[in-house]
Amino acid sequence: MRLRTFLAAGAVASAAMAGAAQAEDMTIVSWGGAYSASQMNAYHKPYMEMNPGVNIINDESAAEAVAKLRAMAEAGNTTWDVVDVVASDAIRLCDEGLAMEVDVDSMLAAAPDGTPASKDFGDFLVTPCFIPQIVYSTTFGYRTDMVGDTPPKDVCAVFDLETYPGKRSLEKRPINNMEWALMCDGVAMEDIYDQLATEEGQARAFAKLDTIKDQVVWWSAGADTPQLLADGEVVIGSTYNGRLFKLIEEDKQPVAMLWDGQVFDLDGWIVPANLSDERKKRALHYLNFATDTQRLADQAKFISYGPARMSSAPMVGKHASLGIEMGPHMPNHPDNMSNTLLYNYEFWADYRDDIDAKFQTWLAK
Amino acid sequence: MANGDSVSGPILAADGRPLRQSLARALRLQKLRALMLIAPLLIFILVTFAAPIADMLFRSVENAIVPNTLPLTVAALEDWDDASGQPPGEKVFAALRQDLLAAVAAKAHTKLGSRLNYEQTGVASLLRKTGRRVKRMEEDGDLAAQFAKIHKSWADPETWATIKRFSSAYTSGYFLNAVDAKLGATGIEARPENERIYIFLFERTLLLSVVITVACLLIGYPVAFLLATLPMRTSNMLMILVLLPFWTSLLVRTSAWKVLLQQQGVINDTLVFIGLVADDGRLAMINNQTGTIIAMTHILLPFMILPLYSVMRTIPPSYMRAAKSLGATDWTAFWRVYFPQSVPGIGAGSILVFILAIGYYITPELVGGTSGTFISNRIAYHISSSLNWGLAAALGVILLVVVLVLYWLYDRIVGIDNVKLG
Repeated sequence: MRLRTFLAAGAVASAAMAGAAQAEDMTIVSWGGAYSASQMNAYHKPYMEMNPGVNIINDESAAEAVAKLRAMAEAGNTTWDVVDVVASDAIRLCDEGLAMEVDVDSMLAAAPDGTPASKDFGDFLVTPCFIPQIVYSTTFGYRTDMVGDTPPKDVCAVFDLETYPGKRSLEKRPINNMEWALMCDGVAMEDIYDQLATEEGQARAFAKLDTIKDQVVWWSAGADTPQLLADGEVVIGSTYNGRLFKLIEEDKQPVAMLWDGQVFDLDGWIVPANLSDERKKRALHYLNFATDTQRLADQAKFISYGPARMSSAPMVGKHASLGIEMGPHMPNHPDNMSNTLLYNYEFWADYRDDIDAKFQTWLAK
Repeated sequence: MANGDSVSGPILAADGRPLRQSLARALRLQKLRALMLIAPLLIFILVTFAAPIADMLFRSVENAIVPNTLPLTVAALEDWDDASGQPPGEKVFAALRQDLLAAVAAKAHTKLGSRLNYEQTGVASLLRKTGRRVKRMEEDGDLAAQFAKIHKSWADPETWATIKRFSSAYTSGYFLNAVDAKLGATGIEARPENERIYIFLFERTLLLSVVITVACLLIGYPVAFLLATLPMRTSNMLMILVLLPFWTSLLVRTSAWKVLLQQQGVINDTLVFIGLVADDGRLAMINNQTGTIIAMTHILLPFMILPLYSVMRTIPPSYMRAAKSLGATDWTAFWRVYFPQSVPGIGAGSILVFILAIGYYITPELVGGTSGTFISNRIAYHISSSLNWGLAAALGVILLVVVLVLYWLYDRIVGIDNVKLG
């Protein structure tokens, strides 16, 4: 008798758990750290409160998202529902047929004043599969105590070994570095990509990078430059603006931000292709909520990345725990925008493999 | 009489069958039972290890996407002479339009673009752009001109030569790329100087792995010797010191080396403090080859010490005493008596460390800078970042073959029977 009750109770419990797991779990993939925390606070928690039936599972493997999505698609078992990727990866996922095409106007919320989503996101809709979320930038931070009385004012300080001697850190890939090199070699902003498309332009960029090559520490993880700056290993280094914000405002390190020459990039959501109708519907229901004007503005309370909707910008308020006004820390704040570049997705989709091979050869020499 | 008959015929078992046959049957049954016993493991290894590797390696030559996506174009291109310097005729453009219409419906044209972009820069956007506009083309108009209007690359014979060159279901393109060559207009040619990287990286990987193996041996041998000869109590203590880092996370150990070795790090600070190094002349010990060698030697050291130790434990101490009693000096006794007996341990440890080192990835990535990275870092990049799995597979095949050849050489020179793990 007791055994039978026990078995029955077990069967009921496992059936309930299986039911919950199948119907309600939604796996959202993101980058981890402070960034995932900001999404948890701004999107996941309020969404789960409004939809108690849904349980969001946070997976932190966005860095390998493209490769994993391809492997999952080949295995015929995609376990992710919504994935946070940078725009260039979204383009590749779209090209490969691994991400679903999204009709922004019918699937996403309009701005509070009725502007359709496609207009509100504007140029940030770089591929039909991509729902933009934030604007971030790759820019430079420098040690205030190592630059003497003349703090750097523009990005070319990176190439100025005389005024700012010491090591500098750059990302171990051609993207951004090639642009900065040409910019500081006297190429006009609008000619940079025309130049980079030619052998001579590429050689010119490498020649400029050659002048500082033996003083460069090359990074591959976003956390590297903040650590190198904090330890005084480098005078100046590039990284994502949110990392520098944390280093300066939260960790109070003697580091300052150099907005000049920042390169904008976008980060946002994709929905994997070939999800079941039910899962697709659930993912879009979540995205409709998570990418509306208020939610995008809310995220800026927790991290210094700019919301991708134009209508969100005026609603950006103070940091949730530090209490400082976040507007001036946004990469797309007017004061920070005097000299900026937008990541050229089309160009790099074509030239990435070619220039990367040359870049790696140049590095190894 | 009956007895004599049975002696001259084959020997029979109790059931009247020939003994040889009965014995073979019993043995076969036994073998089958043994096979059944290891079957779960065998199937597990085949399914989870051998099959995925074979599948991955197959990608290094696989090129079905081009003939599958552009079947009509590939067939039509057969009549076109790629040395003519002229773009192909209207027939090919008509085939291309047909193929692209089908490909756009299946969303396969951008996939093809990514594939061909590995061979010719610019094809990715060419196909993306053409795919958007191909539906609006007029079927009867001058198709060549219409395509050229979408993108001038369609009028460039080089684009067509690339398609034709990579139109078969199997390709040598990835392997050629992996050895710094490419399939050009006149056959196989070397890549331009500023794109040759892989052979250099293979050489560097082999060289650094040898250096790391030798460093592990030089440091590990005395430690293993101490471990094997000290009294149990002290050697147990030492053993814990060897194993403790072994149980610590790889990332933690690598990061610890960062803290120690960087220019503002512990070692440089100490050297500056005691005046051995000037403050502006701090040593660069990390983000270069030195960093990779130091960190990897430390991480792989237990793999050298443990086989050495287990072999040395089996060498009876009385041999050394006997040698000395016969008049040998300490050195002669060690070199002539002890060392030869420890060679199987050296072989096992060296193979283990070398093969682990050659495929190492995370430590060179973190502390190697630009001069201390391995070929495996490029393989990882092509798997997870550039998505050029064909090239990654080709590099992987070459690495595998190199290791197997080295193993074979080792077997020929030292003999694999001479390797002992204890």
